[in-house]
Amino acid sequence: MQSGTGSLLIFLILTDLLLLGSSRLRNAIRIAAAQGVALGLLPWLAHGHLTGSALLLGAGSAALKGVVFPALLNRALREIHVRREIEPLIGYIPSLLIGTGVLAAAFAFGARLPLPWESPSPLLVPAGLFTLWTGLFLIMARGKAITQVLGYIVMENGIFALGMAVVEAMPLLVELGVLLDVFVAVFVMGILVFHINREFDHIDADQLDALKEGAP
Amino acid sequence: MTLTLILLPAVAAAVAAAIRSDRLRRALLVATAGAHAALTAACWIRPPACAPEAWLGFDAAGRLFLGIASLLFLAVAVYAAHRLSIESHGRQAEEDTGSIFVNAPEAVHTACLLAFLATMTLVAASRHLGVLWVAVEATTLATAPLIYFHRQPRSLEATWKYLLVCSVGIALALLGNFLLVVASAAPDGTGGTLVVRELVAQGAELRTPWLKAAFVFLLVGYGTKMGLAPMHTWLPDAHSEAPSPVSALLSGALLNCAFLGILRAHSICSAAGLGGFSGNLLAGFGLLSMGIAAAFLVNQADYKRLLAYSSVEHMGLLALGAGLGGVALYGALLHAVNHSLVKAALFMVAGNLLAAYRTKQVARTRGALRLLPVSGALWLAGLLAITGMPPFGTFASEFTMLRAAFAPGREWMAVVALLALAVAFAGMARTFLSMALGPVSDEFEPAGRREHRAAFGPALALLAASLWLGLWIPNGLNGLLGHAARLLGGDAP
Repeated sequence: MQSGTGSLLIFLILTDLLLLGSSRLRNAIRIAAAQGVALGLLPWLAHGHLTGSALLLGAGSAALKGVVFPALLNRALREIHVRREIEPLIGYIPSLLIGTGVLAAAFAFGARLPLPWESPSPLLVPAGLFTLWTGLFLIMARGKAITQVLGYIVMENGIFALGMAVVEAMPLLVELGVLLDVFVAVFVMGILVFHINREFDHIDADQLDALKEGAP
Repeated sequence: MTLTLILLPAVAAAVAAAIRSDRLRRALLVATAGAHAALTAACWIRPPACAPEAWLGFDAAGRLFLGIASLLFLAVAVYAAHRLSIESHGRQAEEDTGSIFVNAPEAVHTACLLAFLATMTLVAASRHLGVLWVAVEATTLATAPLIYFHRQPRSLEATWKYLLVCSVGIALALLGNFLLVVASAAPDGTGGTLVVRELVAQGAELRTPWLKAAFVFLLVGYGTKMGLAPMHTWLPDAHSEAPSPVSALLSGALLNCAFLGILRAHSICSAAGLGGFSGNLLAGFGLLSMGIAAAFLVNQADYKRLLAYSSVEHMGLLALGAGLGGVALYGALLHAVNHSLVKAALFMVAGNLLAAYRTKQVARTRGALRLLPVSGALWLAGLLAITGMPPFGTFASEFTMLRAAFAPGREWMAVVALLALAVAFAGMARTFLSMALGPVSDEFEPAGRREHRAAFGPALALLAASLWLGLWIPNGLNGLLGHAARLLGGDAP
């Protein structure tokens, strides 16, 4: 199972890099969905045996991130007639360059602070951290509200991956509560994207700045 | 008992969403708040039994924060029912920005208010950090629609910032939870736990580097929600754009919920012998928050933002008190009670001023004492209370904390804190006085309107409670505060 987990985590890192470089919203949504489905396999690949809770958690997570979220975001895209390339605050090539640097740092960090026990894969911590950072970066460096929602989902993917290292200690009930919270959060954000589009005729969150200190 | 307290408002929320009559729904809001407060009082008098390994149950700290949330919600429910009855239903204009807006459906608003109470109760009841995380995130989700009640661009912007900043912050706290599991697990990776009691019992057996990392993530995550600088950016926007009853609840109850999360993490560090590390971090964030908030309090042009920055300052004071430890932690808990009472009262008075003057600009609000005699007087009394003047309870709690800060080697902290408090006092006093005194401009005739009892009653009651706490702390409350302080790794005087 070691190799399966390893390939999956490499897939995770590659999709992160794709997200950093992708300019089309529809593609970005598809990539994040693929990432979500792949992560659904992680609970049982990482632990080698199929427990009921791992199955439920993986299936729930994959359904949510692979089907529900993309459907929600695609619907939002259709409604608000935005298909254009994302207008980034930081360009794609610089994003990728920064990303490569962070990836290296994530590997260095993973080597510096190893898990006290044998982790499912040496890639787990670096891949999780890098995905977490990619999500944060998308939230900060991209202007569209919908991309920020996507960034939140990717960030959540990273935390989900990191959680695999400790899955046995996290009770299933709590994990499901976390999933429910994430679902409602993305749902509420989706509704707000509609409202932002209606109120402002665009979904550029970086132009939401009337409330800055000192603004008229 | 514990489950009833959580489920009662949750069920009421579902019912409120279904009821079509506005009057009935408002009655339900107040009735649920009353029932919840009565149950909370029963829980204070006779604490329900709770198995040590149970995930849900009210220990002393949980009971304290449950009490704050429940009392505040009762006061705000009475006020909100009144405010909702005088809100106009059609299109209205915001005078400061000139934008035209409608209100969100009242059924959704009331349902979210009640759901917010349910989630806050769950936060207070959580003895498992995973459950605590789920509950804190749920408070964010329940309050986001509340901030977007007046459907206009500015409140939408505030809601978006609130939701995004807090969700990202709290996601980091989840990572902190994972790190805590790693810190507590056996060498073969099994047996990690998130039950607060078990983590405290493990004490020095926890893995130090992982515990330190976990605390940093938990502090940054829940600190975002609590409004500690520099993660406080969402707070002034959300508090100024939300309707006043919601601002009162956000400031008085929601911020405390996040503080409880930080206190739980701090108590685990203290038990593991890392109290110095976590305490210094807390004190550092606390002093930074006080300094930044004091700077923005001076010459603040919007009086609801002024109150919001004052909340950042008081949250900083709470973090400082918790970080100093010992008796200062007792002071911080007492201050959490006092700050909630006073700040909620002030936001409700601010709602009255906003309704009368139709502006949040300090410069266009003059002569409140003449136009609204009761609210104007409460506004001035609130100024004394929020700046920690005797005989209000805030004086006693600030004094307790600062006296503890004047210990050898850390006097500078007390000096910095006192300086920030002095600047805040000067800034707030000038603004409050300029709003309360002076003539009323002619457009607001007749001066000296009769005010509705439900508009000033809740604020009056909360301020009176704070005054009472300044004169005499009841034995029951004192015992509970001491108990909670010792439970969280501090000490009672």
